[in-house]
Amino acid sequence: MTLQQDRTGQEVDRTDLVSLTIDGVQVSVPKDTLVIRAAEQAGIQVPRFCDHPLLAPVGACRQCLVDVPDAGNGRGFPKPQASCTLPVAEGMVVNTQATSAVADKAQQGVMEFLLINHPLDCPVCDKGGECPLQNQAMSNGRGESRFAASGGIKRTYPKPINISAQVLLDRERCVLCARCTRFSEQIAGDPFIALVERGALQQVGIYEKEPFESYFSGNTIQICPVGALTSAEYRFRSRPFDLVSTPAVAEHDACGSAIRVDHRRGKVMRRLAGNDPEVNEEWITDKDRFAFHYAQQADRLTYPQVRDTDGSLRPASWPEAFAVAARGLAEAGAVGVLPGGRLTAEDAYAYSVFARVSLGTNDVDFRARPLSAEEADFLASEVVLTGPWDGAVTYADLEAARTVVLLGLEPEDEAGAIFLRLRKASGRGTRVLSVAPFSSRGLRKMNGVLVPAAPGTEAQAIEALAEHSEHGLDKDTVLLVGERLATSPGALTAAAALARRTGARLAWVPRRAGDRGAVEAGCLPTLLPGGRPVADAAARVDAATTWGVDSLPEAPGRDADQIVAALVSGELGGVVVGGVDPDDTADPAATRAALRAARFVVALEVRETDVTREADVVFPVAPVSDKAGTFLTWEGRPRPFDAVFTNPASLPDLRVLAGIAEELAVLGRGRPLGFRTVADVRARMEELGGWDGERPAPRAELVASTATASDGMVLATWKQMLDLGSMQDGDAALRATARMPVARVSATTYDAVGPTVTITGDRGSVTLPAEITDDLVDGVVWVPANSFGDGVLAGLASPGSRVSVKGAGR
Amino acid sequence: MSSTATGSTDTLTPVLTSGWADERSWTLDAYARRGGYAALDKAFAMGPDAVIEAVKDSGLRGRGGAGFPTGMKWSFIPQDNPNPKYLVVNADESEPGTCKDIPLMMASPHTLVEGVILSSFAIRAHTAFIYIRGEVLHVIRRVQAAVAAAYAAGHLGRDIHGSGYDLDVVVHAGAGAYICGEETALLEGLEGRRGQPRLRPPFPAVAGLYASPTVINNVESISSVPSIIANGAEWFSSMGTEKSKGFGIFSLSGHVQRPGQYEAPLGITLRQLIDLAGGIREGHELKFWTPGGSSTPLLTAEHLDVPLDFEGVGAAGSMLGTRALQLFDETVCVVRAVLRWTEFYKHESCGKCTPCREGTWWLVQTLARLEKGQGSEADLDLLLDQCDNILGRSFCALGDGATSPISSSIKYFREEYLAHLTHGGCPFDPAASTAWSDRTVGATA
Repeated sequence: MTLQQDRTGQEVDRTDLVSLTIDGVQVSVPKDTLVIRAAEQAGIQVPRFCDHPLLAPVGACRQCLVDVPDAGNGRGFPKPQASCTLPVAEGMVVNTQATSAVADKAQQGVMEFLLINHPLDCPVCDKGGECPLQNQAMSNGRGESRFAASGGIKRTYPKPINISAQVLLDRERCVLCARCTRFSEQIAGDPFIALVERGALQQVGIYEKEPFESYFSGNTIQICPVGALTSAEYRFRSRPFDLVSTPAVAEHDACGSAIRVDHRRGKVMRRLAGNDPEVNEEWITDKDRFAFHYAQQADRLTYPQVRDTDGSLRPASWPEAFAVAARGLAEAGAVGVLPGGRLTAEDAYAYSVFARVSLGTNDVDFRARPLSAEEADFLASEVVLTGPWDGAVTYADLEAARTVVLLGLEPEDEAGAIFLRLRKASGRGTRVLSVAPFSSRGLRKMNGVLVPAAPGTEAQAIEALAEHSEHGLDKDTVLLVGERLATSPGALTAAAALARRTGARLAWVPRRAGDRGAVEAGCLPTLLPGGRPVADAAARVDAATTWGVDSLPEAPGRDADQIVAALVSGELGGVVVGGVDPDDTADPAATRAALRAARFVVALEVRETDVTREADVVFPVAPVSDKAGTFLTWEGRPRPFDAVFTNPASLPDLRVLAGIAEELAVLGRGRPLGFRTVADVRARMEELGGWDGERPAPRAELVASTATASDGMVLATWKQMLDLGSMQDGDAALRATARMPVARVSATTYDAVGPTVTITGDRGSVTLPAEITDDLVDGVVWVPANSFGDGVLAGLASPGSRVSVKGAGR
Repeated sequence: MSSTATGSTDTLTPVLTSGWADERSWTLDAYARRGGYAALDKAFAMGPDAVIEAVKDSGLRGRGGAGFPTGMKWSFIPQDNPNPKYLVVNADESEPGTCKDIPLMMASPHTLVEGVILSSFAIRAHTAFIYIRGEVLHVIRRVQAAVAAAYAAGHLGRDIHGSGYDLDVVVHAGAGAYICGEETALLEGLEGRRGQPRLRPPFPAVAGLYASPTVINNVESISSVPSIIANGAEWFSSMGTEKSKGFGIFSLSGHVQRPGQYEAPLGITLRQLIDLAGGIREGHELKFWTPGGSSTPLLTAEHLDVPLDFEGVGAAGSMLGTRALQLFDETVCVVRAVLRWTEFYKHESCGKCTPCREGTWWLVQTLARLEKGQGSEADLDLLLDQCDNILGRSFCALGDGATSPISSSIKYFREEYLAHLTHGGCPFDPAASTAWSDRTVGATA
């Protein structure tokens, strides 16, 4: 906060420093630093409300007035100056409230004014105890109210009013600092709140015809310096001084946002944004902030269960469950492993080792979503073993890039911290291009340029990008590749080729917090941990030696889709399933059939699901709040965190797998994994390290697109940030702020089908309101992937396939 | 009207007001008969820099109240900035007591339009905006008509008078906020946003309207330019005082025999002006007055001989402001008058900054209690302390202005405030200050 950073995040050259005197203390700060922040460097806290380091200065509250007897030119300001809008100057002399009676009186005066219309409801206010107004009124205000003593009458309003289903506004408490409205306009780009009216009746208002629909609205609550903005979720739930705060990492996307978990007596009460300038700055998405009750739902698993002779699941002890699971797996024949994408890096490593050592198979794939073999190759050649330490793309690089190209990625929905960083960058000259079927709201907020591409044609669009000199792709370009690109044949290969051809840098942005770590951990049929190719004998020896086994399976394993197929066909007899929702997989019906067909299913889950209901042994595993771990961000940056709670009801996946492995070893299968705790796994991972041998070569040839013309429209889809995802369960107010599901159609289609459409695919049909989307590619219809029914994959069709679109009731 | 004023009218210098009594004075024909638009060709021949130089030499200072040298303001426009330059005329005349721009635009709108052309030419602007207070629809219509007539006559538009100079003028109606008289709030309003002042720097000369170099001048300042170009800088600077050159419109209102606009050299005294206006209301005497609208500290009868120029009024502890001379005789309760003004500021505070927003809210309550005879003498110190916490602490000058009547009235009339407390209410008969005070209460006409 105190050191100015330039656009590349580097500290500015020391020769650019400006020296000034604040309260007699000489400080040197980079030029253009504001006095209020220079004072912080001298250890002087000037009280403030409207000032926020990540928002443009406004100088509205006037709380930070200081005396400036010398502006650096030998002349002083006749009046106290707002230190939040005044840049430093060489030789400037500043006297704050600590040394200047004028500044002190000015601040006391402003504080008194702020309080005249502020209600004295601190005892029932959520902010009480952590309130900048309360704190600074104590430090820079008077104890008794002259306003009340002189019979003053406060301005009153009915309270509170809803700004959204989640955010409530208490206008009486508002000090009109405009932090919330400035955040909405400057940071999130959702300016549906604005100040209205004037004078003391000025207030935060909404536009009645447009809801305050923002994925980032919770940040306004956090930066509100008073209790004017509160959340439906937390309002009246607890007092700040009763809470214990634990730093953590958000588990809802691959951004690795720093969060602070505030808890009381074993329950999370709320989550706040942490401050990490290199990752999420001070902002998080509403999902990261509000979606945490999923771990407190009634269907949370709290004890192991095994399938009884009568076919029902019955409670079991941990040792029994380990033994039953080991016996079942040993008898089931060949076993596949589906760990899912929500694992910590340590848990992913455990699955990877468990598959190779205990089950003797490479049939392990974390990808619980549509995938491709091309993608596995792409991950092996372009993604694994990259990270900020070796120059991989970082958040700071997004900000410094001249151009950022989004390929199959909608950051506002799929990676909120990337969206905010890109929006910030776009305001400073970074150009954002997006290869997508239409200009999303997020893209428009970044002033981005659409490179239109129907699903399935991305490869051609990406290839064509290099031909367009106006796009000017070069080494100052970053290509952000979304995981959805896996479903478009040739697209990932084309993206990698484009990066090589233009010198642009490339990064892969998955959706889930565990995806990136699972790649490093080798939860792929072709990769061992540390990027070791299964096909490379030396790499296998490397891993086998570390794990204390003679050899590792040589043949590349089955990917998730093939595991499903092999279970159905009987080639595989057993399966170990982590956090996988069948409805997320490429073919939900096939996945369900596979679970039914499997001779033995071991499920490791937090809550009861369709998988646990099919399982023969169910292990309750810890949600992120109950275990330590590490998430890798999309950049490859490790984000370690400690457990918030010690909760004996569940164990980390790695402990469960270690327990099964030990029982399997007793049965003569594999050997114990050599770890039982997160610390053990971290030590093992450290020991094994990354592969320093040859990496798999990138695919040279494009996979030919198999698109064939047929009837109907092409289905485009992705998951919106707020939808029916199970990790948003229990957060009704949050879900109420989700965008209404609509089918996006072109104007031509809309004219043909009308305001309500029925879309029918090979897996079902859905009726949705239609919305005209001006630049939607012809012949494409877009729907949100998980905002209705069982979602698109289970209930409509697979992405990129043909669907029929008809007017409902016509 | 100056032209009809009797007495020692030779002290008057009717320039802007000279044609106001003409038949249909506001028409292009009438203006042309007075020599209107003749300065254009002269200016086009001089070139923009020479026009700026002439205005600088004339010593013209801003007539909107602050008195910033107009020519210097123009020279701040960075001519190497690739953005378009804009001239914005501040015609948002809303200050209590101020009534010079509105009559000027009603009686002779073409003076303003000609001034706009000359000024835009000088700063190399090709678009000018006249931002008129939204409540005065009749004035908006008149200026719109004048601009249309000027277009039709070739004084506006492409290649004006064959000079190759193009200018478009937009007449913009404000939406009714006093704060929009503050130049950056005016720009916000002009851009379609809420009228609230902007952070400076950047100053409008560098990044004003649409983030482009912008000059913002008062109606009277701009309207003075044609006479300066026509008659020369020396002619203009021969009038007025050493540092306050030229003439200005003095608006007399209140308890004076003939209220109205008196155009005179700066430095004239109120005593002279009252003489010109036929004296104070019959049988009464001057008690207090504002030199430049309600935002300028009050003065009293002891200041009758203060020269009404920027320096003279400043030395007397007030400001020349807009030369809105509101005269109050001894029948007026100063507490009552100050409370009404303060209510105005409370109503017009934009709400952006704390001292003005909350301070005016509180000042009104304290004053209202005092007017009712409630409270104590300590409340006067409380009022002064509130004023001290507003003055110079607010974001813009609106807050400063709100404190002027209060602190100056307590300075001169502390006893009168106290009389309210001892009397248990206002000791004045409010009817006595009205224009019909000589009639018996309850009598019918």
